[in-house]
Amino acid sequence: MNGSRSLRDRINLTVRDIPRSGIRDFFDIVSTMKDVISLGIGEPDFDTPWHVRESTVFALERGVTHYTSNYGYLELRRALARYVARQFGGEYNPDDEILVTVGVSEALDLALRALLNPGDAVLYHEPCYVSYRATILFAHGMPLAAETKAENGFRLTRAMLEAKATPKTKVLMLNFPNNPTGAIMSRQDLEDIAAFARERDLIVITDEIYGELTYDTPHTSIVSLPGMRDRTIFLHGFSKAWAMTGFRLGYACGPADLIEAMMKIHQYTMLCASSMGQKAAIEALARPEVDVGEMVDEYRRRRNFIASAFTEMGLACHRPLGAFYAFPSVARFGCTAKEFALQLLQEEKVAVVPGTAFGACGEGFVRCAYATSMENLKEAMVRMRRFVGRLQAG
Amino acid sequence: MDELLKILQANATESRENIAKMLNLPLAEVNQRIADYEKRGVIRGYQAVLNEDQLDLDRVTAVIEVKVTPQREGGFNTIAERISRFPEVRSAYLMSGSYDLLLFVEGRNLREVAAFVSERLSPLEGVLSTSTHFMLKTYKRFGVLMHQDTPDERLSIAP
Ligand SMILES: Cc1ncc(COP(=O)(O)O)c(C=O)c1O
Repeated sequence: MNGSRSLRDRINLTVRDIPRSGIRDFFDIVSTMKDVISLGIGEPDFDTPWHVRESTVFALERGVTHYTSNYGYLELRRALARYVARQFGGEYNPDDEILVTVGVSEALDLALRALLNPGDAVLYHEPCYVSYRATILFAHGMPLAAETKAENGFRLTRAMLEAKATPKTKVLMLNFPNNPTGAIMSRQDLEDIAAFARERDLIVITDEIYGELTYDTPHTSIVSLPGMRDRTIFLHGFSKAWAMTGFRLGYACGPADLIEAMMKIHQYTMLCASSMGQKAAIEALARPEVDVGEMVDEYRRRRNFIASAFTEMGLACHRPLGAFYAFPSVARFGCTAKEFALQLLQEEKVAVVPGTAFGACGEGFVRCAYATSMENLKEAMVRMRRFVGRLQAG
Repeated sequence: MDELLKILQANATESRENIAKMLNLPLAEVNQRIADYEKRGVIRGYQAVLNEDQLDLDRVTAVIEVKVTPQREGGFNTIAERISRFPEVRSAYLMSGSYDLLLFVEGRNLREVAAFVSERLSPLEGVLSTSTHFMLKTYKRFGVLMHQDTPDERLSIAP
């Protein structure tokens, strides 16, 4: 551009300075290779239940192709209110306490933008979903990461939060069942965290997108604990439990004042979530026990399989209790997580994601998603075992 | 249903070792339970699910609705079991509704099936009437779709 500053220089500084997702770098390498078995995919391998897809086609045929209410179809919000009350123990008024969004991704962004003034701090826990830190920064917040540890199953403790909290801390962000560790929180664990949030008067944003996917004990939501509903924004969506990632459908539930603030941003930046996606979601809520139940049973078998395969090959791994991720330690091989992942990819064509993609404290771990067919898992475990055997011998 | 049976029903060739891992059970217990199921006749066999349309076989399948009179002793069972013993009959079910038995009958060609119906099935004492439909194409069998699997559309790495 004739003599003017370079285009890069004009980019907003926050945006410019945020690195690309580590996942993205790894994707670029994997996508150049053939015959890779990927344990790196953070989305279900299952197809969206057929009745949901079929009813989406029907919705299109009927011409459901228009803008909807900013909040989302009332019929959907009513169904969500019933579902969230039953499944998570949170009571919300469908008129003004539920907002349908373009995935949990949008809901998260809205919640942070609706709450934060520049410099307000957000406590969250790492290793965590790749977007959290960036989303906080985009909302001009100050990210404060508490580090969860393998020793206690990657659960979050009050002490970890206290060590990081500052007087400017306004929001606490939680994600259990957790991506990438597969950790869950017991009711007792959550009670400690809830007490902390109440004492510090924090707003809690809880991303429970994997809430249906627990394998040994049922999930407890923090919104069901005393005094928490009125300071919590509950986020959920259809991507994981219903295998509907491409529909891009999520929702936020919370006190009307907060939902209204989020709706304001949503109204001006997004208008509404896709109308056919919303119809699909209504159908998905018709019989969750069946659709989700079958997938949970299959994930549990895979979880059991992968956990015992890791034990057999001598990879230390805390027991994954939720979501569809195992997070074994590779620290004892004397290489970084990235080196391990690259070498495994090159030598055995198995893709796992280095733990560092989910925060610096993910060093020494790799994320293995078991959202892939049992056939693939079996072959991947054979290859990993060979690889680990060589590392041990060498 | 026992999860062990679900796994075998989905893939009878699954190794015992893998089943043990999936169910988080000792191998010996898996072996024992399968042996029990076999002994009790709950597991009656293991078969491959074939897409026969790809094999160009000299074979037709007829679906036959049969009306029968139940016997004084044994009700429908006596006649149904008698019919089931013909090797041509691949499956046989007692039905509710406008007919009693539903049969899946195989033969090399239409004439052979017709002969089975007219010479073996219809003359049986107790068989009142039959209605025969020939199968043209298989889309799904035993829960398995017969067309090519759709490829995995997912990105190879995703957050
Ligand atoms: C913890 C977590 N939150 C949110 C998302 C994004 O979900 P959505 O598809 O609803 O935007 C993901 C996807 O991987 C996730 O793992």
